[in-house]
Amino acid sequence: MSRQSTRLDVKKVNSELFTLTYGAIVSQLMKDYENVEDVNKQLDRMGYNIGVRMVEDFLARTNSARCNDLRETADKIQYAFKMYLGITPALTNWSAAGDEFSLTFDSNPLTEFVELPDNYQNLKYSNVLCGALRGSCEMVQMDVSCWFAQDQLKGDLATELRIKFNKRLEDAIPAGED
Amino acid sequence: MSIHNIYIFDRMGTLLYYMDWNRQKNSGMSKEEEAKLMYGMLFSIKSFVAKISPHDPKRGFLCYKTNKYALHYYESLTGIKFVLNTNTSVKNVRDLLQQLYKDIYVEYVVKNTECEMGQPIVSELFKVKLDQFIKQQVKTLQ
Repeated sequence: MSRQSTRLDVKKVNSELFTLTYGAIVSQLMKDYENVEDVNKQLDRMGYNIGVRMVEDFLARTNSARCNDLRETADKIQYAFKMYLGITPALTNWSAAGDEFSLTFDSNPLTEFVELPDNYQNLKYSNVLCGALRGSCEMVQMDVSCWFAQDQLKGDLATELRIKFNKRLEDAIPAGED
Repeated sequence: MSIHNIYIFDRMGTLLYYMDWNRQKNSGMSKEEEAKLMYGMLFSIKSFVAKISPHDPKRGFLCYKTNKYALHYYESLTGIKFVLNTNTSVKNVRDLLQQLYKDIYVEYVVKNTECEMGQPIVSELFKVKLDQFIKQQVKTLQ
């Protein structure tokens, strides 16, 4: 079984392959749904499903301990971007309460070779990232909201992903004896 | 060293997997009922330990021992709970459980899209790998 031998080393693949595969998914979704809002929703959902699994891989590989505050979480997220996408976003725009911050990147590997047609300006092309972040945070008992505040695809100078911490999630209480 | 049985629970208290290797006494109830009882006890111990601890508990509940067996508890940050019953003299079970999480659970459950998250694990590959892993541990630790 090849899986056994290649198990724990990080497999590196060309990011272009990933970019194009992602592009194929988005264009397929556009064909299937013919509606930008639905595609945004699907991308977010797919991202969520990826996130809930990806976080386990991240934790197993990095031996992370639980974060004590959102700044630590932000550092971990930054590291995860390095690990999975090969980019290091800047952590910026902290809110005064410390419960909101932005990830700013100059280049986004998902959107390389991509231009949005004029009639698709509402498409959140990289929305899968929002879903993935939300999914992974949820698995470590954090409820967060993510959205793109700026996007290079829409003519902004940088791509800015905004993350807001909502609340901590608790373990389920065992069902009572009925 | 003797490993009696293992329970794997998720964050919602669902029994993801149960296996026994060397269990001489059965609880006399269905597996579902037993799992509920087990999860309930773990939940109570966890909150008990957190409340009663005179220090800020860093890792919380780790294990308990009776004169016949020891129960070892490991919880991943994502709330997956691994419960392993062994004989009382076994050491470093925590490392073993951590390794089990990394090398077996993440590899053969999380990365297998056939395994739905939050559902009992039915993957045959996982079953085989877990069995191999446990038997290997028993051998090397003897």
